Amino acid sequence: MSEVSETLARSFGLDAEEWGKVLEIMGRAPSLTELGIFSVMWSEHCSYKSSRVWLRELPTEAPWVIHGPGENAGVIDIGGGLAAVFKMESHNHPSFIEPYQGAATGVGGILRDVFTMGARPIANLNALRFGDPALPVTRRVVDGVVRGIGGYGNCVGVPTVGGEVNFHPAFNGNPLVNAMTVGVARADRIFLSAAAGVGNPVVYVGSKTGRDGIHGATMASAEFGAASEEKRPTVQVGDPFTEKLLIEACLELMETDAIVAIQDMGAAGLTSSSVEMAGKGGVGIELDLDAVPQRETGMSAYEMMLSESQERMLMVLKPERAEMARAIIEKWELDYAVIGRITDTGRIVVRHRGEVEADIPLSPLADQAPLYRRPAALPPKPARLAPLERHAPLDRALLTLIGCPDLCSRRWIFDQYDATVGGQTVKRPAEADAAIIRLEGGRRALAMTVDCTPRYCAADPEEGGRQAVAEAWRNLTATGARPLAVTDNMNFGNPEKPEIMGQFAAAIRGMASACAALEFPVVSGNVSLYNETEGRPILPTPAIGAVGVLEDAAQAVGYAARPGLALVVIGATRGELGCSLFLREIYGREEGAPPPVDLAAERRNGDFVRARILAGGVAACHDVSDGGLLVAVAEMALAGDCGVTLEGAGTAEYWFGEDQARYVLAVAEPAALLAAAVAAGVPAQHIGRAVAAKELTLPDGLAISLPQLREAHEGFFPRWFA
Amino acid sequence: MQAALLLFPGINRERDMIQAVRQSFGRAPAIVWHKETELPAGTDLVILPGGFSFGDYLRCGAMAAHSPVMRAVREHAGRGGYVLGVCNGFQILTEAGLLPGALLRNAGLRFLSMETRLSVERADTVFTRNWAPGAVFRAPMAHGDGNYTARTETLDRLEGEGLVAFRYADENRNGSARRIAGVFSPNLRVLGLMPHPEDLVDPLLGGTDGKPLFDSLAAA
Repeated sequence: MSEVSETLARSFGLDAEEWGKVLEIMGRAPSLTELGIFSVMWSEHCSYKSSRVWLRELPTEAPWVIHGPGENAGVIDIGGGLAAVFKMESHNHPSFIEPYQGAATGVGGILRDVFTMGARPIANLNALRFGDPALPVTRRVVDGVVRGIGGYGNCVGVPTVGGEVNFHPAFNGNPLVNAMTVGVARADRIFLSAAAGVGNPVVYVGSKTGRDGIHGATMASAEFGAASEEKRPTVQVGDPFTEKLLIEACLELMETDAIVAIQDMGAAGLTSSSVEMAGKGGVGIELDLDAVPQRETGMSAYEMMLSESQERMLMVLKPERAEMARAIIEKWELDYAVIGRITDTGRIVVRHRGEVEADIPLSPLADQAPLYRRPAALPPKPARLAPLERHAPLDRALLTLIGCPDLCSRRWIFDQYDATVGGQTVKRPAEADAAIIRLEGGRRALAMTVDCTPRYCAADPEEGGRQAVAEAWRNLTATGARPLAVTDNMNFGNPEKPEIMGQFAAAIRGMASACAALEFPVVSGNVSLYNETEGRPILPTPAIGAVGVLEDAAQAVGYAARPGLALVVIGATRGELGCSLFLREIYGREEGAPPPVDLAAERRNGDFVRARILAGGVAACHDVSDGGLLVAVAEMALAGDCGVTLEGAGTAEYWFGEDQARYVLAVAEPAALLAAAVAAGVPAQHIGRAVAAKELTLPDGLAISLPQLREAHEGFFPRWFA
Repeated sequence: MQAALLLFPGINRERDMIQAVRQSFGRAPAIVWHKETELPAGTDLVILPGGFSFGDYLRCGAMAAHSPVMRAVREHAGRGGYVLGVCNGFQILTEAGLLPGALLRNAGLRFLSMETRLSVERADTVFTRNWAPGAVFRAPMAHGDGNYTARTETLDRLEGEGLVAFRYADENRNGSARRIAGVFSPNLRVLGLMPHPEDLVDPLLGGTDGKPLFDSLAAA
């Protein structure tokens, strides 16, 4: 066994000050296992030591919030006695090292966070960012990540119904894989993780423990160097079949009154689950590692405590129900083992082969965990873009934009994801701005989306953070859903650099302002820092996952236009081309300030649109985002397999500007809509109509045939993977 | 019609199937765990829903074909009982020898999840009589191993004896021999198909194209 020293502590990711704290808490040199426990619990991944001071600024409360941040997932009341349980989590670092397994286990991990709380998972979404499509490595990573997400989600039987994908060279060495799961539970039967009841058995359920993923949490808390492939053994391997059994076994057990507390073994495995459960409950815990089901022989205490083997849960059970619980778990052919008990010592004591391998007081491990207010250099506000001198014709610009990697059809991706399993999918990808899943046995439905525009965040993190929240709210609204709450996945570079910490702080400030103004609290989240390779950080990416509710799934609208309908844009268009895709794809420029978000207008316009949809007068609705108005209208035509005839100004600013707080509505009676907009003080403009002829007639008189548009839109991915 | 739905570990489309059966039959099927050795008394129809039985870690359906309950299913089929296998259920039926052929990896080696169109090859069976002869209907598909294959003689026999139940009517995305999406047993009482009619039985979820299958059975 290696000698435990400051040098070893350094290699485990603890700095000198943190090592000093370990010595102070222990009053002696820690054992190897103890050092392992400290290092993972105090890793950035588990302790949020650089981000916590900033995360506190986010609004987390609303009358419908049942459990905000701090539990395995956020829980909100969705009416009818039901709760939505959801969270988004990153698996960025593993997904670069080993794309298939990295992405697959990302899905597995977030599913466990949700069913741990008693919810049946009803949908998965994902937010993906990849590097330059011209690089062969990007193609390999995209292929592996998509296969991994599909391989896990399809097998486990949870539909993958939504997501977003961006490409940018800043993600070359650090792709982002953020996975979100939404589940539904009875609002009065939510399971929490705080252990209780001295003497109660601590029970291990699920897969056996192996040597995979040891120190994954520490790996996820460091930058990459050139030799990151050598870290492949720290990536876990997923088994979606066992996960499916685990879901069914846990939900069946949760129908009984056997469970006192439950937590999945995620990052830092047995260590974090046992420490957090006992810590939250203010009790102690004893573990006997000889009882842990093991896949390999000769595993040490250190290896077992730090293994990140997948598909495992830790539970505290009522002793009199333990045998009944065993029968349920074993019916599902899963391992069940009593591996410890709850004590009143306030300590975690780990025994293995007759030796005490770890004995740590829990409250200092939690209370004295490092917490840093790192220096944050606020980024300078970018200058607004100067007016463009000359313009590409609208038709050419549209064809380029609608076919570029960031805007082209994602069909090649989502066709590999089972979107209908469960039999409740009302709107699948490319049908509506948010996925719509009906809740079994009723008419109620949930709407869900994930959103972020990293290029806005890079230019102005505060405006970008605000925009990410606003766009998620808008996407839910555009289906008719009432937006309820968000989960955030903060992906940033090295927080020890003041400019990165500054991006983080500014993004939080922007998000907080939008969450407050839109009554859209953050109920769960995840932070992924150190997304840098050889010193180059990613674009700051505060990905927002959001959930809304529809009382009646039949009220949901998609964005497919239909011939004969008038097209009306809601919201003001000034023609903001700063940071736009038009500027980047047509002019090769990434410049200017992102479009400002006016939260009052956002709220007013969105509430107006939602009310019109619920009143039944809107046949289709699409939010205006990347690529601006013309791209939004083109997507409506493609979805409806019809043409459009557009009128109005012929400028690129008007048609490709990315001004916020806008929607395109397809309606049979535009006059009534325009009158209602005037009455509500909402800008509205008639911009054209959908027609049966399969042609887009643009305001400058140019025309594009629908097949030509479709070919441009659908071509990129199939060509890339041909 | 009394239906019993088999639950193998890893099956994941049972909720979809229960919903479709309940809607047409007026009651949910009995749920039978794979370790049972008997079917509920009075079972007329055995349903094997989709999913990934035993993770499909061996050949798809190969492990489930040897589950204890399959002996009872064979006896049921031998007595002329009705059996419906969808997706993984179809794969299990071929592995169990209750239907001919096999389902290989999709031709493009990728999982395929999209809506497809199926032609009804004969509308005079207990499974298909609520469709008009020659009807084409929409059905979601979602599988990695739906590439139907069999010896040429077997394919000729299936065609000659009218045992092809459904064919892909638009693109043959998974590469199935002769575009076959579903087949009958010689007595027309066992049906296996890859796409999922059970996921299209409600206008709110995109249509009722799959409902005739369940309405046909309900009327038997």
